[in-house]
Amino acid sequence: MKAFNNQNKAWLMTMLVLMVVTFVFSMKLGAITITWEEIQSTLSKWMSGQEMNLQERIFFQIRLPRALAGVFVGASLAVAGVLMQALFRNPIVEPGLIGTSSGAAFGASLYFVLGAVMEFNAGEWTLPLAACLGGTLSTVLVFLLAQNRSSGKSSVVALLLTGIAINALFLSGVGLLSYLARDPQARSIIFWNLGTLSGANWISISIIGAITLICLLVALRYAKPLNALMMGEDEAVFLGVNLKKLQIIIIALNVLLVAVATAFVGVISFVGLVVPHLLRLMKGSDNRFLLLGSALLGAIMLSLSDLASRLLLAPAELPIGIVTSLVGVPVFIALLRKKQYFF
Amino acid sequence: MLEAKNITVRIGQKTLLDNVSVSFEPGKLNLIIGPNGAGKSTLIKVISQQLRKHEGEVFYNSENVHSLSERKMAQMRAVLSQNIDLAFPLKVWEVVMMGRYPHFVETPRQIDQQAVEEAMEFFNIIEMAERNYLTLSGGEKQRVHFARVLTQIWYPKEGHNRFLLLDEPLTFLDVKYQFQFMHKLQELLENKDLVVIGVVHDLNLAARFGDMICLLDKGQLLASGPKLEVLSEDNIRSVFQLEPILYRNRVKDTVHLFFE
Repeated sequence: MKAFNNQNKAWLMTMLVLMVVTFVFSMKLGAITITWEEIQSTLSKWMSGQEMNLQERIFFQIRLPRALAGVFVGASLAVAGVLMQALFRNPIVEPGLIGTSSGAAFGASLYFVLGAVMEFNAGEWTLPLAACLGGTLSTVLVFLLAQNRSSGKSSVVALLLTGIAINALFLSGVGLLSYLARDPQARSIIFWNLGTLSGANWISISIIGAITLICLLVALRYAKPLNALMMGEDEAVFLGVNLKKLQIIIIALNVLLVAVATAFVGVISFVGLVVPHLLRLMKGSDNRFLLLGSALLGAIMLSLSDLASRLLLAPAELPIGIVTSLVGVPVFIALLRKKQYFF
Repeated sequence: MLEAKNITVRIGQKTLLDNVSVSFEPGKLNLIIGPNGAGKSTLIKVISQQLRKHEGEVFYNSENVHSLSERKMAQMRAVLSQNIDLAFPLKVWEVVMMGRYPHFVETPRQIDQQAVEEAMEFFNIIEMAERNYLTLSGGEKQRVHFARVLTQIWYPKEGHNRFLLLDEPLTFLDVKYQFQFMHKLQELLENKDLVVIGVVHDLNLAARFGDMICLLDKGQLLASGPKLEVLSEDNIRSVFQLEPILYRNRVKDTVHLFFE
């Protein structure tokens, strides 16, 4: 009997290997090139607790966290893209397009400007928390406002237009805050809207890494109901899906993934759109494969984009959000022009 | 056995169903007919619980639907709708496998794969298993969904009936597919634990293939029972306001229907 069991192991293994390769390049290349010997000596000194020299400290404190940030942030944005596309039943939805990123940016800006005077303080977690709240608010707003009241389905046009409106709202909030802010705060806000991995450190990496892995594992448990949702909400319920619970969990995962990544590295758009789309072209739309594949391919793509942002203007840097937009916009427009997706 | 008791559905001022009580037997093809606006679709949606705001109660195997979880319902009840809007690229077998979702946790078991293969063979779509669903014709797509819906209730469950609900499944099919579809249904009804309830528009199709007919008009149940009783000149005249000519064949147990 033929096995109707879609594991796509070969594809996933290939992407895993590619991810490791890009990760190695991402560790080695940059304003300063790191050699194998330096990597080895850094790791052995780290394990034995010895003092590192300058080159080794650059690798350990700056380059390695940054390379890891590329992997985790890429994975989390791409996974969030898959989840949103499945939830909205539309393959052109992307975290940046439906307000999550701008909401998170607004939450973070609020923290930058008002953080010092706020009563509330959760230490390292204050910024991600503020970004999460902003991201949740904007996503839920778009989700509710774009829904057709009779069919409960969101048309692309309604989604995109609502997304534009909510984006404009929150970005003008960000604008207002940066207008009010003093210079160092305003600079943090600007750096934020362009996105960069250069600020990665071990604390941010452990938070992003933990959130990414947990969310991916939880999301995989919902691959089946998300597949059923492709046929519409009624059909999903006929297949035993608890719709309300599914929607709440998926929105929560999305917001967590996007807002936490955005909180530490700023707004990086189009990764969540381009990565799942490439996988759909190659292997179809089974969400289990898309989630695993997107985590890997997202990590590859963002590591490559970060390499480009480090190397193109070396020793200066190009913000990574600009690199991903340059790649993402043409793909997005090509997608919009394609008839196969419903408009 | 499936029972709907005292079902009333109101939307605003309008009463779509008015105190309808009806029960459906296993091993028979139960068809719901009536003119436009009679409440056929509303009734099947109450039975499938796609519509949950209603008065009255629905019982599956004498269990009240309100006490059953979505998943439990899905393990014994499958619904075939008329127009499924699936715009993502998926392989045909991946669509059919969705029917097994209520039965396995993360990856399909051997028994789920077997159900998918058998259902695809039953509907002659096994050759298309690896094709992209989006490239199929309307008739092919509907067969894929029929196979998907049946894999959902492919295996009998000891002491329980299985339920297949059809919400105007033939609307977009041509005559050949309509007949193929009805013949497949009759073949399936050799399983005596299967309760099949369908809404159909075409009176002749109902007269040709149905066993039990449930005739609705203006939200009320006008008649229900064996088709030779329900499809009488009087009933049809009063509901459709047309003068019917009926040819009954009591040996083959069929009715043919013409209008003046």
